[in-house]
Amino acid sequence: MRYLPKSPDERKKMLAEIGAKSIDDLFAIIPEEYRLTGDLNVPRQHAESEIIDYFRAAGDMNATGYTSFLGAGAYRHYRPVVIDALVQRGEFLTSYTPYQAEITQGTLQAIFEFQSMIAELTGMDVANASMYDGSTGAAEAVMMAVRVTGRHKAVAARTVHPEYREVLATYAKHQGIENIPFGYDRETGRVDLAALDAAITSETAAVLVQSPNFFGVVEDIPAIAAIAHAKGALLIVSIAEAVSLGTVRPPVEADIVTMEAQSFGVALSYGGPFCGVIAAKEQYLRQMPGRLVGQTVDGNGYRGFVLTLATREQHIRREKATSNICTNQALVALMATIFLTVYGKEGIRELAEHNMAKASYAAKTLSAAPGAKLLFDKAPRFHEFVLKTDEAPAVWNKRLMNSNIVGGIDLSRWYPEMEHATLWCATEVMTRENIDKAASVLAAAPVEA
Amino acid sequence: MTSDASPSINGAARVTTGKVRPHQTQNESLVFEKSSPGKRGYKLPPLDVPAIDIKALLGSAAREMPAALPELSEIEIIRHFTRLSTWNYAIDLGMYPLGSCTMKYNPRVNEFVARIEGLADAHPYRPDSLAQGALEVIDLLQRCLIEITGMDAITLQPAAGAHGEFTGILLVRAWHESNGNARRKIIIPDSAHGTNPATAAICGYTVENLKSNADGGIDLDALERQVDDETAALMLTNPSTLGVFENQIHKIADILHAKGALLYMDGANMNALVGKVRPGDFGVDVMHLNLHKTFSTPHGGGGPGSGPVACKAFLEPFLPTPVLVRREIEVNSPAPESWETVGDDQPAPLFRAPVAEPNSAEDPRKEHVTLCWDYDRPKSVGRVRAFYGNTGMFIRALAYILANGPDGLRQTTEDAVLNANYIRAKLEDLYELPYKTPSMHEVVFSDKRQAALGVKTGDIAKRLIDYGFHPYTVSFPLIVHGALMIEPTESESLEELDLFISAMRSIAKEVEESPDLVKSAPHSTRVSRLDEVQAARKPILRWRG
Repeated sequence: MRYLPKSPDERKKMLAEIGAKSIDDLFAIIPEEYRLTGDLNVPRQHAESEIIDYFRAAGDMNATGYTSFLGAGAYRHYRPVVIDALVQRGEFLTSYTPYQAEITQGTLQAIFEFQSMIAELTGMDVANASMYDGSTGAAEAVMMAVRVTGRHKAVAARTVHPEYREVLATYAKHQGIENIPFGYDRETGRVDLAALDAAITSETAAVLVQSPNFFGVVEDIPAIAAIAHAKGALLIVSIAEAVSLGTVRPPVEADIVTMEAQSFGVALSYGGPFCGVIAAKEQYLRQMPGRLVGQTVDGNGYRGFVLTLATREQHIRREKATSNICTNQALVALMATIFLTVYGKEGIRELAEHNMAKASYAAKTLSAAPGAKLLFDKAPRFHEFVLKTDEAPAVWNKRLMNSNIVGGIDLSRWYPEMEHATLWCATEVMTRENIDKAASVLAAAPVEA
Repeated sequence: MTSDASPSINGAARVTTGKVRPHQTQNESLVFEKSSPGKRGYKLPPLDVPAIDIKALLGSAAREMPAALPELSEIEIIRHFTRLSTWNYAIDLGMYPLGSCTMKYNPRVNEFVARIEGLADAHPYRPDSLAQGALEVIDLLQRCLIEITGMDAITLQPAAGAHGEFTGILLVRAWHESNGNARRKIIIPDSAHGTNPATAAICGYTVENLKSNADGGIDLDALERQVDDETAALMLTNPSTLGVFENQIHKIADILHAKGALLYMDGANMNALVGKVRPGDFGVDVMHLNLHKTFSTPHGGGGPGSGPVACKAFLEPFLPTPVLVRREIEVNSPAPESWETVGDDQPAPLFRAPVAEPNSAEDPRKEHVTLCWDYDRPKSVGRVRAFYGNTGMFIRALAYILANGPDGLRQTTEDAVLNANYIRAKLEDLYELPYKTPSMHEVVFSDKRQAALGVKTGDIAKRLIDYGFHPYTVSFPLIVHGALMIEPTESESLEELDLFISAMRSIAKEVEESPDLVKSAPHSTRVSRLDEVQAARKPILRWRG
């Protein structure tokens, strides 16, 4: 086996040193009736070339070469080449959580830079070293708000990503957190402020909203914050499209921001690994979940970095920890850090502007197709939009699919009231040619029976 | 680079040494301190659609102040992160014997295949018909892991080990609830990982500690007394965190099952068992795996991981939504050939790819779905994560299983156990072995003899750094006072093991002859011991310009 660095003779020599007659002696403690006598029924040993052939075939089977208008919490952005060149350095790739600070300063400083960039972007005081993803980050943020306020109810906007809300429901259920949904304005696609106000009580720990929301609409965060804070609830803002922070005002009125950073240079990879992160006001620091890297000095007074405030964490506090999280998404956070360094202060704004321009053009062009209408057209949007069509989404999308175009996602899957409505996304990698092509397919093809 | 840094910050003294110093000790500022306005590391293509007016579109929601991100050119970005990387120790540099963490070789082909375009670029909401390749990979990995664990069903959705624990205990809870009583408590041995009690707590259970017996194992009498009608499950790590196999495992399972409680296994130490014994055969009802431990996906400085949960058939209805199912719809072409039927002598692919050209009008993928996600799961515990889990990690883990095959997986386990026992045999004369029970894949010593001379496990660990090794796991498990928890994995050659053993023996001698040398280690690193107290007392968690 090519990964195993021992010759048969070396194995014999080692057994002799241990004083064992055969390798079986070392497994003698396992009751005999449970020991496997034959091979596991898994595929035979494969050569490296065969492994590559297998996964290439899988990639081909997945079908490449489609133009996609899919977004909804996973976004296709250009990934600068330097990202993979750097994260594949063995020193980053094959090191562990930086418990031994003296020989993990590389990871620690990079995470400190990540925390700093996220805090800058979100307008929060502090950010952690990452969470699993945006969905679990949102659930952990609600749990954090419960600890901070001592209250046990949460209200979540229906315009938060439906799968985030499902994850929140799973987490909340067993901690006695009552999780109450509230609706949106059918004209604007924004949070219904009156419904929000009615949903909050003196027992409400947190208000969870997303901006840009699941329909791509930017929420009125100052107005939402005023309503939440008037009743003593914390405001949690979830951001599923991190690139939006290039042009969209950061939610500075929020108490906690939870973000999915996949858009910062992380491959779609059929849904993961992505990179969640929680940022917050400084006063809530000690209730934050996850790892934190802090600056300190060494014995000679030189600047260095360490994992800090570990007394919040499971390996110290066990059942009293702020979360059970242990592993985070360090390498993915590194991708985001490199991405943000590549684009920088000006680039992130320019990138966000390109996204808005493409989506603006796509919304205008596609909504001009026969039987199509742009919903929520008066509200501020980032790079997603909702089309309402005379035909069923399945029929529309089939026509596009025949031209190798994947159309918008059918919203009735999560919103029964949104019949014949689809959610579309155009990022900077979408071309005018492909938008025009989609429009011409929709304009030209006859309606199928 | 700032030259006016305060004395407490890496500053002028180091900068002046310039190129004389190797990269490992070279000064490298924070990326923000290397920024100058107007530098660019990117270039966007010309906009092919009409430009927009941000303010007009967003109104008061437009960003006024840009975020203070650094501005650097590409070469500076490459150098910055490359220099930072050289400050890390890594498996690629040498032995990394962190107990419980299974720091094994991360094969490079795993990285290569995870980046194949059709897999890396796949959007999670693309129609199932256009995701058949990803689904085949997920399906094959699921079947392999079910076979390896001896369980009946699996979910790959959890993002890490602790997330897997959470999912597993939710299954336990849902099953008890379906029987009319969720029960109140989870029993956890005092040798367990900290994630176990933290998980039980967030699943709404009371944690009850189970004291280990004189051998560091489960005390059957104590367990018998403790398990009652309110016990939902025992969370057991097997082999235990002492690296010892619970050979009374079937009796443990019987005690639990007799009271209607379940046996949860923390699979963190599965690297000691693969191909030799299967948890499903010895009474485990539900368990998690760490693909980033046993199945070679890289730790990446702390993640991403992946924590699949395997269970017995009676827990299957409760698995998180969605689950992968194979459905034959409008089958015009033969069903994919399963890999079980492919013999050694046949170079056939593991599954049959579609015959038609990908983009032809007759493309069968547009009509014919064989694998799809099932969302209609009324008894499910719900979702634990958006989408389907860390698919990029599934690809890597499957590549590892394919590279090994059944014989390679078994040999891997045998070598991991051989290595740990070799270290034990070569060090037990100098380091106290608190439990004499046979070791599996890791060995736990205590610092009893060295502590008598004023040197603790943490000091010995730091001194190992000077010898070119990453430290072992320090002060864990908690049941061993001053623990040195050493897990070499199968990836170490005899030569590397002998170097490690010689380093440990040399340090034991230093403890006797010059303890201060050990207590002030490390001496060879870019920074010396860092002030953790100051870091926690006045936290500085971000750069401020």
